[in-house]
Amino acid sequence: MATKMIRDVIRDTIDTEMARDDSLIMLGEDIVGGNGAAGGPEAIGGIWGTSGGLWAKYGPDRVIDTPISESAIIGAAAGAALTGKRAIAEIMFADFIGVCMDQIWNQVAKFRYMFGGKSRCPITIRMPYGAGFNAAPQHSQVIHQFVTAMPGLKVVMPTTPADTKGLLAQSIRDDDPVIFLEHKALYGVKGEVPDEDYVIPFGNARQVTQGDDITILATGMMVGLAEKAAADLAQDGIGCDLLDLRTTSPLDEEAILDSVEQTGRLLIVDEAPPRCSLATDLSALVAQKAFASLKAPIQMVTPPHSPVPFARELESAYLPSPDKIVAAATRLMSYRKG
Amino acid sequence: MQLSREALLKAYRQMKTIRMFEERLHDEIALGEIAGFTHLYAGQEACAVGVCEHLGPRDYIISTHRGHGHCIAKGCDVIGMMKEIYGSLEGLCKGKSGSMHIADVDVGMLGANGIVGAGAPIAVGAGITAKSNGTVSICFSGDGACNQGTTFEAMNMAVVLKLPVIFVFENNHYSEHTGEAYAVGAESMTTRAAAFGMKAIKADGIDFFSVYDAMRELIDYCTAGNGPASIELDCERFYGHFEGDPQRYRGKGELDRIREERDAIRTFRKKVTDARLLEDTDLDRVDAEVTALIDEAVAASKAARRPTAADVTEDVYISY
Ligand SMILES: Cc1ncc(C[n+]2csc(CCOP(=O)(O)OP(=O)(O)O)c2C)c(N)n1
Ligand SMILES: [Mg+2]
Repeated sequence: MATKMIRDVIRDTIDTEMARDDSLIMLGEDIVGGNGAAGGPEAIGGIWGTSGGLWAKYGPDRVIDTPISESAIIGAAAGAALTGKRAIAEIMFADFIGVCMDQIWNQVAKFRYMFGGKSRCPITIRMPYGAGFNAAPQHSQVIHQFVTAMPGLKVVMPTTPADTKGLLAQSIRDDDPVIFLEHKALYGVKGEVPDEDYVIPFGNARQVTQGDDITILATGMMVGLAEKAAADLAQDGIGCDLLDLRTTSPLDEEAILDSVEQTGRLLIVDEAPPRCSLATDLSALVAQKAFASLKAPIQMVTPPHSPVPFARELESAYLPSPDKIVAAATRLMSYRKG
Repeated sequence: MQLSREALLKAYRQMKTIRMFEERLHDEIALGEIAGFTHLYAGQEACAVGVCEHLGPRDYIISTHRGHGHCIAKGCDVIGMMKEIYGSLEGLCKGKSGSMHIADVDVGMLGANGIVGAGAPIAVGAGITAKSNGTVSICFSGDGACNQGTTFEAMNMAVVLKLPVIFVFENNHYSEHTGEAYAVGAESMTTRAAAFGMKAIKADGIDFFSVYDAMRELIDYCTAGNGPASIELDCERFYGHFEGDPQRYRGKGELDRIREERDAIRTFRKKVTDARLLEDTDLDRVDAEVTALIDEAVAASKAARRPTAADVTEDVYISY
């Protein structure tokens, strides 16, 4: 067991997988850094610190620094994957998915279906995402809501170092295309990581806290906020069953429904704006399949229907917080029918 | 080209304002006063000013993530810009944008932009308007952005539609940490632009006069109905890609060398004083005025009104 930060777990897991599988390649902007510059290659090793040393170890044919060309990064990774390689593509900020959406949505996600089940496209698209840095409207967004809506893609959102290892290994080894979302605020999170090789199968939520009163569903940075809120609520004798979904596609419906059937109350914390989101999707699931168990209307804690603003005061008002979660939990507990 | 004394002083003031704005931000950011990502333009002043000194409010520019210089050169209010970077409600964009998206459509500045390569297609659209106005649309772009598909599409469309769009490629030799030599496959951005079928030239991006003269030629060419043009400006960025960048990709002594040999402000001063067009005392007076302006901007920004939670959902739509 070693204690590691998530960013180092990502680097080390890619390293292990590259050593394991010669066919694995990786593409992205500045993932090597310093190419064509006086400082020389590996002067940086990735702006997120998630690819240091890999170029030196595996060489430029496998660790490929690209020009600023997101469409070609995804297309090239996909084309390589379709023809026998396994590929990791890094999009520096998830917001830049806008530039390469066709390659992801119309190409990668649909190959297997359109080709009558005859193809494989084992590609892991890694995308740092999320707010909390005052990085303004074009560098702060979440995208899980719309990639989750796309048939053909699997969507992974790790929150702990140990989960990151098992989920990233599974993503890379998976024969389907995977969107692997790394919350920027979690890169520095430290935790124990088992040394042995393991994968975490998709569609298995992780129970973060156990409780009988409220089911809380969360992903990414929202899990930590919900955990803080759950600790506060526990002081008042309110028990929260907090589930970290880990993957939004596939979704662990069973764990969600089992929990709601026990607690009768559902609170969803989502970093996406409230329309056509993961939160609305989960609400619909529970309303359809566990309606009879509900003791109160479902509560969603989300940002408002707006872009992510820049200023400190605006961004913190925009984002969910432990206080907002506690307030929603209080509404749930005090609800009386009729 | 012979410029009047007033025009020379104005150009110098603009360049100096950009330089001092950026140097002051560099210090304020180090103090933790400013949130978010900031990309400083210091070193490239002659590019923005050499282009924008030709432009009026009905000429359009679109900028990049490294946009402060373009904003100042196009006439955005310097105090409003500083307030924006500080995240004030009194900022040019009410604290919604910060450094990376400063814009003022009223002065023909269509925005700094966080998405590399996003500006070029929008500049084509502004070129449609410019064509009907007899003005020009300028797309500022970098040696990194030039590799984005959007830039290729925009260059081709501008040629096809014969629009008065000028693609200004500021070649500071780096896209983030990657060298131009690695990422630009063509011999140069100029040969590439020429291959799209447009007039394509180069100028020295640290020499205001080189940029200014070249741009006169291109603007006349484009407004005469000949279609788009491109200019590649050889220049240097004096700071990191963003504030906080350790710049390990630089060569040994590189920063000292470019600051010594490739300084746009010093180059300008030397040229105008050697030619006896301006005296050092004239220029020193401008320096003092600019220093006072930047001090005022920072003081005003620190005292300016902060946004509140209620402002988050303002301006998402015009009506909803
Ligand atoms: C679509 C997109 N891809 C990547 C980035 C990250 N990024 C920001 S600036 C930059 C380099 C841009 O280089 P260049 O165009 O030369 O401009 P410079 O920074 O030198 O001014 C990169 C890769 C981005 N903001 N948008
Ligand atoms: Mg550059």
